Amino acid sequence: MFYRETGQFKTSYRTDQAVFPIKQDAIGIWVLLAILFIVVPLTFNDFWLNSIMIPTLIFSLAAIGLNLLLGYAGQISLGTGGFMGVGAYSCYKLTTIFPDVNILIPILLSGFVAAAVGVLFGIPSLRIKGFYLAIATLASQFFLVWAFGRIEWLYNYNPSGAIEVPTRRIFDIAVTGPHATSMTRYLIILSIVVVLTWVASNLVRGRIGRAWMAIRDMDIAAELIGIKLLQTKLTAFAISSYYAGVAGALMVFMWLGAAEVESFDINHSFLILFMVVIGGSGSLIGSFMGAAFIWVLPIFLRSAPDYIGLEIGAATVEHINFMVVGALIIFFLIVEPNGIARLWQIGKEKLRRWPFPY
Amino acid sequence: MNTAIAEIQPGKPILAMDHISLSFGGVKAIRDVSFDIRKGEIRAIIGPNGAGKTSLLNVINGFYHPQEGIINYKGAKRNDMKPYVAASQGIARTFQNVALFAGMSTLDNIMSGRMLKMKVALPWHIIRFGPAEREEIEHREFVEQIIDFLEIQAIRRTPVGRLPYGLQKRVELGRALAMEPELLLLDEPMAGMNLEEKEDMSRFVLDVNDQFGTTIALIEHDMGVVMDISDRVIVLDYGQKIADGTPDEVKNNQNVIDAYLGVAH
Repeated sequence: MFYRETGQFKTSYRTDQAVFPIKQDAIGIWVLLAILFIVVPLTFNDFWLNSIMIPTLIFSLAAIGLNLLLGYAGQISLGTGGFMGVGAYSCYKLTTIFPDVNILIPILLSGFVAAAVGVLFGIPSLRIKGFYLAIATLASQFFLVWAFGRIEWLYNYNPSGAIEVPTRRIFDIAVTGPHATSMTRYLIILSIVVVLTWVASNLVRGRIGRAWMAIRDMDIAAELIGIKLLQTKLTAFAISSYYAGVAGALMVFMWLGAAEVESFDINHSFLILFMVVIGGSGSLIGSFMGAAFIWVLPIFLRSAPDYIGLEIGAATVEHINFMVVGALIIFFLIVEPNGIARLWQIGKEKLRRWPFPY
Repeated sequence: MNTAIAEIQPGKPILAMDHISLSFGGVKAIRDVSFDIRKGEIRAIIGPNGAGKTSLLNVINGFYHPQEGIINYKGAKRNDMKPYVAASQGIARTFQNVALFAGMSTLDNIMSGRMLKMKVALPWHIIRFGPAEREEIEHREFVEQIIDFLEIQAIRRTPVGRLPYGLQKRVELGRALAMEPELLLLDEPMAGMNLEEKEDMSRFVLDVNDQFGTTIALIEHDMGVVMDISDRVIVLDYGQKIADGTPDEVKNNQNVIDAYLGVAH
């Protein structure tokens, strides 16, 4: 009843092409941002920020990266974990070499290193598609993990083989390392994620996004209207890997505080892939929903028996957790194969008509 | 190889195919076919199934590379075309089985036809404000004219995968028109349509030819349509050209009658 666009006439193509052409959506997004930037830091405790908000945002960013590649450009990749690692390790090296530079700069620059690596491993996409491309990108995953473990220069010859995040300050406020508060880290991550999401939405709405979707839907016709396949696919790999790289750098520097090779193994690639598939491929908002679903649901399920006063052993809870999450994933895929984002869209359509049945 | 691109006057050949032969392994799809397409005309290519009509279009816009022969497009002679080059030099194309981008809306599909005209570089697209948005709006205005022309305003936002076949064909024509082509290749634009849809499509083809001066080469099985709207007709059979001329000449050609009706042995 309240979610209705009646009377909102567009008189220029500019307003017609806005991200949120419906007024209620535009207001909604500002309210959401206000909640995320003001209400959440004031009310959430460290556990909520550290275990729920921060990882969800970081994984959302990685999922957006993979979504640009898989959902928009139609190129499947199983190397996201590796690309996240490239971001993390290059950020580590950059801040080792330039310790006095504002830490945000190495974080954002490390994405470019990941982008370069992504382009390199994206080259096979010109010749192979679908499952075969997935296998080819698997090579990057294995190679990168091998490199992180074997090239000692990457982790500064640390005997433990791990990278440990040094304390870095901006205006005398610790933003990384053990002294940084969760609230500072949360706000920085949130800002980066909001800006990069905005960039992604700009990209997919314009020429670049249309070229990606054209290749996804029918590459022969795409070539025919003058899209250069190799260039467009590699752009998609580069931008996707940039997002993964920044997400990886944030994951280590702003969340985990230290990382080893195992932090970037194939499980992470699958985790991000599941987030994209469940959230809805080809939808930016779906990336957030998928990340939240996959990451937050198990945490809630784990603490659910405590809330309702059930005495169940920790191991049993963990087993039940796996079963419930697995069942829910299957349920969602059957009910809506296009992901939670599609359910969200259907819900909005219904809301427009409510309470009338037509 | 001469690569100069000349402006072609109406009535002069825009495309000349000289002794083109194409084979896939042992199968000879096209055998020694020569013909030309004059600027501003509607040129029909007809023939029984498997005669090599679609292969011929694929050679023109560079999907297939002929083993023999020379393609002369706008004064530039070459042995084969590349799809990208063909597109950037003004050859647009529709397909027999609609080749639209099913997940995109009608508007986005037609906008994608403007791809080659859009020049703003990637960094501007990241912020969108400024050049990228101005360019987007400029092309949107052009695309809206095409949408008006094809009378598909109502399905602007619909993903084309959900549209009925007849409308999909129309959207595909729209995407080709968005490229502002000089030479438009239509592969069975009326296949599977009912009478009314065929009449609409014929009207659009004639209007495109008339209003924009676009040269059109079309493959069509409906002889009524072909004889009505085309200026000259090529008839292919088993990869060979068996007739070439005005609709009336072709209609009375004994080879053509034999090819379509069969000969007594």
